[in-house]
Amino acid sequence: MSLQNFKSVFPKTDIYYFAILAVVIVVIMPLSMDIFRLNLVGKYLTYAFVALGLVLCWGYGGILSLGQGVFFGLGGYCMAMFLKLEASDPESTKIQSTPGIPDFMDWNQITELPWFWEPFYNLPFALIAVLVVPTIFAYIVGVAMFKRRVGGVYFAIITQALASILTILIIGQQGYTGGVNGITDLRTLLGWDIRTDSAKYILYFVNAGLLFTCLVIAQVVRKSKLGRLLVAMRDQEDRVRFSGYDVSNFKIFIFCLGAAFAAIGGAMFTLQVGFMSPSFVGIVPSIEMVIFCAVGGRLSIFGAVYGTLLVNWAKTTFSESFPELWLFAMGALFIAVVMAFPNGLAGIYKTHAQPFIKKIPKLIKELAEPRAHVKSGAQ
Amino acid sequence: MANKDFLLAVEGLTVSFDGFKAVNDLSFYVEEEEIRVIIGPNGAGKTTVLDLICGKTKSTSGSIKFRGKELTKLNEHSIVHAGVGRKFQNPSIYEDLTVFENLELSFPRGRNVFGALAFKRDAEVMAAVEEVADTIFLTEFLGTTAGLLSHGQKQWLEIGMLLIQKPDLLMLDEPVAGMSVAERKQTAELLNRITKGRAVIVIEHDMQFVEDIAHRVTVMHQGKTLSEGSMERVKNDPKVVEVYLGH
Repeated sequence: MSLQNFKSVFPKTDIYYFAILAVVIVVIMPLSMDIFRLNLVGKYLTYAFVALGLVLCWGYGGILSLGQGVFFGLGGYCMAMFLKLEASDPESTKIQSTPGIPDFMDWNQITELPWFWEPFYNLPFALIAVLVVPTIFAYIVGVAMFKRRVGGVYFAIITQALASILTILIIGQQGYTGGVNGITDLRTLLGWDIRTDSAKYILYFVNAGLLFTCLVIAQVVRKSKLGRLLVAMRDQEDRVRFSGYDVSNFKIFIFCLGAAFAAIGGAMFTLQVGFMSPSFVGIVPSIEMVIFCAVGGRLSIFGAVYGTLLVNWAKTTFSESFPELWLFAMGALFIAVVMAFPNGLAGIYKTHAQPFIKKIPKLIKELAEPRAHVKSGAQ
Repeated sequence: MANKDFLLAVEGLTVSFDGFKAVNDLSFYVEEEEIRVIIGPNGAGKTTVLDLICGKTKSTSGSIKFRGKELTKLNEHSIVHAGVGRKFQNPSIYEDLTVFENLELSFPRGRNVFGALAFKRDAEVMAAVEEVADTIFLTEFLGTTAGLLSHGQKQWLEIGMLLIQKPDLLMLDEPVAGMSVAERKQTAELLNRITKGRAVIVIEHDMQFVEDIAHRVTVMHQGKTLSEGSMERVKNDPKVVEVYLGH
């Protein structure tokens, strides 16, 4: 990438935003919190991957998916399957009637590891599956929907139905999936205990690194011609189509990218929190993730991260003191954002804070050289 | 004359919406570099004909041959790639993007997903955008958000978005509707300039404008051709006077 190109993809202000976010996540958070709180932030940041994907899909492409939990969950489950198999060696499961298989299978009278679990003994396979399984699923859904020009509300409803179906499937197939409890009691990654404080620190930083990788990818996409095409499609789909573009392919691509981001978030969730369950797959978490994105500002990739952190911080604080009120607060928040601040935090920043910040260098200059004014005035 | 000598040959074209034939056994031929104007009363099926040619609506029967290539079986973007450009009745531009970006997105390169990701704003693109902006009187507005343009400028911008694709056949649906007198004049001039090297089909109600630009006129009525020929001939056709021009 030449310097010219670099500047067009990463303009100065965006570099500042990257730097500020990096300072917040990599320096301020770890220095100001104990490991329990930092681990919570790490968990929230896994949702930021989903919100980031939604910025591209929904904010830019106008494709509202209410089923991103599906991809978060699929990514998380792929990771959890590997960790569960490692935690289920014959030595530690010798009290089961069939040692060597995950405990929940044994409880469900399954005596042999199902075929689709077999490859998850292999870490490289599991890691590839984390990315590939949700992306292929998104691709299939995307082809089925977008090639037939299903969009808007209908697409949102169908994705919501998918989230519901997958939850029911996971809960129903208890013997293969761990059912409503999910896959729990995950211990080690290739012998490295992920439950220790040091592991949690390392995973937090790995998570932050991956989040920034995804942010950079999102930045490159939105600054490319593809990003502008997405905006164009959102406003005038027919004009794009009759300018010689196969609109559905662009929608499929961005939907798959959003799914891949969500999947990375899901896998990092499993690693940091130590389990995966259907309660992160269904309709409620999927809609929550849309709220994170909306609060942050659906047109801002940085807003997605701040929005996720803010809403989750509020959720934790509120539900510690008024657990029964949280859902109402969340609903009110969503309504407030949609009615009053359609561009979320990023929109508020842009209209109120940015003009002020732009003035600061000028103000400093004037304060630093007051004599220049006096002089010119005297002459 | 054989079909392939025409740029566009529409034969026996019919489309039926739940039994209502919006276009009924329509045939017409457009030659290279011709400006053809389609006129007719409301509901005559004029816009539907353009929809059929550009693939927005699928025909029930009949054929549309463009340079000998059957268009009725192609999907929309392939028809565009074949060299047919279409302007919609209401200005369809990307209001959130700048005039420059609107034209750049219409530039025929990087039209698939990975092409669009790798697309670079190079000298060729810049030159093409500037040339077209000059043609459509918008050079000074390249950095303006398209949503802020006047109605007439939006219409020109959409014409420009088609020009940058260098189509062989340009279809314009009421390009001067809602324009001021001065803008109409400028648009007629623009159309006369851009038809060098391409054919244009225009739907229009403004008879003065039609007289200014048309090489030949097709009058449609109830999905069929009522009359066809030079403006002079059509104007004096008693059938046309009765259904369209008379009142």
